[in-house]
Amino acid sequence: MIFKKAILASIALATLSTYSLSVNARDNIEIVGSSTVFPFATVVAETFGNKTGMPTPKIEATGTGGGMKLFCKGHGLDTPDVTNASRRIKKSEFDLCQKNGVKNITEVLVGFDGIAIANELNGPDFNSLTLRSLYLGLAAKVPASVKGGSDLEMINNPFKNWSEIDSKLPNVAIKVLGPPPTSGTRDALQELGIEGGCKTFPQMKAMKKTDSKLYKTLCRTVREDGHYVEMGENDNLIISKLTNEPTTLGVFGFSFLDQNSDKVKGSNIDGNPITFENIATGAYPVSRPLYFYVKNDHRDSIKGLNQFINEFVSDDAMGEEGYLLDKGLIPAPEEEHAKTVNNARNAVPLQL
Amino acid sequence: MNNKDIVKASLKKRYAKEKRFKLYGIVSITLSFLFLAFLLADITGKSLPAFTQTYVKLEIDFSHKNLKLKEKASYSEDELFKASYRTLASKALYQLFPDIKSRKDKKTLRGMVSVGAQYELRDMVIDNPNLIGTKKEILVLADDDLDSFHKGIIDRSIPEELRRVKDKQVSWIDKLEADGRIVTRFNLRFLTSGDSREPELAGIWGALKGSFYTMVITLLLSFPIGVAAAVYLEEFAPKNNKFIDLIEVNINNLAAVPSIVFGILGLAIYINLFGMPRSAPLVAGMVVFLMTLPKIIIPTRASIKSVPPSIREAALGVGASKMQVIFHHVLPLAMPGILTGSIIGMAQALGESAPLLMIGMVAFVADIPQSFMDPATVLPVQIFIWSDSPERAFIALTSAAIVVLLIFLFLMNFLAIILRKKFETRW
Repeated sequence: MIFKKAILASIALATLSTYSLSVNARDNIEIVGSSTVFPFATVVAETFGNKTGMPTPKIEATGTGGGMKLFCKGHGLDTPDVTNASRRIKKSEFDLCQKNGVKNITEVLVGFDGIAIANELNGPDFNSLTLRSLYLGLAAKVPASVKGGSDLEMINNPFKNWSEIDSKLPNVAIKVLGPPPTSGTRDALQELGIEGGCKTFPQMKAMKKTDSKLYKTLCRTVREDGHYVEMGENDNLIISKLTNEPTTLGVFGFSFLDQNSDKVKGSNIDGNPITFENIATGAYPVSRPLYFYVKNDHRDSIKGLNQFINEFVSDDAMGEEGYLLDKGLIPAPEEEHAKTVNNARNAVPLQL
Repeated sequence: MNNKDIVKASLKKRYAKEKRFKLYGIVSITLSFLFLAFLLADITGKSLPAFTQTYVKLEIDFSHKNLKLKEKASYSEDELFKASYRTLASKALYQLFPDIKSRKDKKTLRGMVSVGAQYELRDMVIDNPNLIGTKKEILVLADDDLDSFHKGIIDRSIPEELRRVKDKQVSWIDKLEADGRIVTRFNLRFLTSGDSREPELAGIWGALKGSFYTMVITLLLSFPIGVAAAVYLEEFAPKNNKFIDLIEVNINNLAAVPSIVFGILGLAIYINLFGMPRSAPLVAGMVVFLMTLPKIIIPTRASIKSVPPSIREAALGVGASKMQVIFHHVLPLAMPGILTGSIIGMAQALGESAPLLMIGMVAFVADIPQSFMDPATVLPVQIFIWSDSPERAFIALTSAAIVVLLIFLFLMNFLAIILRKKFETRW
C-alpha cells in the first residue's frame, strides 16, 4: 500500500533527522548579523569560496541585535563563528557573551557607511540641510524657543514645511521616507542625524549631563504625525517611491545612492556633500562604522575561518582598489585600518 | 389599481436592478482581470533582461607565463586550480585598447568583464588542460554595468555625471560593439547556478533545490499524517464527543493561524530545544509541514465525507471489514479530492517565506545544497534577498525569479485541476 510506504518513509526520516542532530561537525563557516554589512560580507564569502574551493560561508541577515544574540548564545560549534554589526558591540551584549563562555572575541572594523538623505533628481534642492534642521524636521518634540516660547519647555513638533525651519530650504511639506526602528540605518539616523541636531541647542546639551535618559528620549524620538513615513527595510522600495514624489526625502545607505545616481540625489548636510571622501574623513556627519566580531576559539576547529578573516581584511578586499570599495564600502582611515588588520590576523581579544 | 398594474409599474425598476447587478459583476471581473494582467505584464516585462546575458568575445592567451605554470607534460588538478587566472581576461582587454596606459583607466577597463570570469576560465582549463599554451577566442562574461548598458537599462542619453557608465566606458563599449565583440546569449547561468553578489553570476538553482528539499520533507510528513488524521476523524472518531469537537475546532483554527507563528514555534522547538541546525531544508520542511497539515486535513475530510454512504454500506453488506471499506473503497474514491487539496496546500507552502525567516533561511548561500542538512534558501526568500540588493541588475533577477516561482505555482495548480477532472466521480 502506498500509505504504508509513506508512513514507513516518514518514520525513517524522523529517525534519520534525530540521528543527524547528534552529529554537529560542519564544514562551512556560519555568519549572522547586520543587513548593512551583509552585502559586503557576502562578496568576501563568495570570493573566499571561489579562491579556495572550500564551501562558501553561509551568511544570515538577522540584524545587528539578532546576530549578537545568536553569537553570544554559547561557544559551541552550533553557534555562529562571526557576527556582523552596523554599530559597536554594546556592553550588555559583551557581558552576555562573557557569561555564556564566549570570552575570546576579536573586533574588526570593516569601514564606514554613509546615510544618504536624498530626493528625486529633478526635485527641489535640499543642499542647505543641516543637522539642526534635520532635527527640527524629524524629532517628535522640539524646544519651544523655536516658536518664540521658553527655552526649557518642549512642544510637539509644529513644523509642516521645510521652509518654516530654514528659509533656504524649499517651501515643500516635510515628508521623509525611512526605515523602521528595527533597522540599523534608523539607529544611525536617530543617533547621528537627529541627536546631532539636537545637541546644537545649548539647553539640550546641558540636559545630557543632568538627565541623560530624558535627553536620549527627547533627542532621538522620531515624530509620528505622518511626516516621517516608515517604509520597511527595503531601500529599493524607498528609491522607487522617491522617483514619483520629487519633494519627498528618503533615508537609505550610501551604496544605494551610488547605484541609483541617475534617479536620486543626495543632499549636502552642514554644507558637506555625501561623497566617498567626505564619509571616509568624517566630514559628512551621518555615517556609522561597520564591524564584525569573530569567535577566536573557533579559529582552530572551523576549517577556513582564518583564511576567511584574512581575505576580509586583505588589500584585495579592503585596500584602496579593493572589491569591497566597488560595492560601496567606505574604508577606515589608514592608521585604524592597519590596527584592524593586525587585530584580525593575530586574534587580539576585545576588551571593553 | 390591480395587482397587474402594480407589477407592471415596478417591472422596469426590477429589470434595471438586475441589469445593474450584472454590470457590477462584470466590472468586478474586469477589474480583477486587469489587475492580474497588469501584474503579470509588469513582472514579465521587468524580468526579460535577466534571461539574456552579455558576453565579450576576447582572445585569451593561455600561455604558461600568463598562467604562472611551469612547462611540463601534465598537471594535477590542484596545480591547475592554483594557477593564476586573474589577469587572463584583463590582458586580452589591454591588447584591444593599447592606448590605455593610466592605472585608473586600466582598472575601469578590466572592470568591464565580470569578476567571475577568472573562475570560469579556471574551470575551463581544469576541464580541458590542452588549452594550456594556446590562444583561443572565448566568450567572457561581462560585468553587470556593461550588461545593463547594453540592454538599455542604463540610458546613454542622460548626463555623464549621473550615469554609472561613464563616457570613456561608453566609447570602449561602442568600439567593442563595432568589432562584433559584444555578444548576447541566453542566460543559462540564471537557471543553473547558485546565489551570488554579482548579478551576472547569480542564479536560482540553489534556491530551487532548497525549495525542492523543503517540499519533499513537507510532503513526506504532512501527506501521510494529514490523511491518517482525516481518516480517523471521519471514520473512527466517536461522534458527539467533546474532546473530538475540540480537536476539530482547533484544526480549523490552525488553518487560519498566520504562518509566521509556525516559524516562531519551529525556532523554539526544533532549533532551540532539539538543537537542529539553522538554515537546513529539513527544519524548513518540518516548519512548513506544521502549516500545511491543517490545509491537508480539511479538504481530505471533506472529500471522505462526500463519498456516499451507500458505497460504505454496500461494502459492509458483502462482508468487508471497516479497514477494508476505508482502504478499498472510501479512500480510492476520495483520492482526487485529497490530491487536489494536498497539491494546493503544497503550492501554498512553496510560496511561503514568513515562517522561514525565523529559522535562518534568509541567508546568503552560494553553494548548491546537496542534502537535507546543507544550508539552503528557498525561492521566495531568494526573491526577498535579491529585491533588497543595491545593484540595478538585481531588479530584473528579482522579477525573473518571481516568474519562475509563478510557473511552478501554475503547474501545481494545473496538475490539481487535471487530477480532479480525470478521476472525479459523479453520483
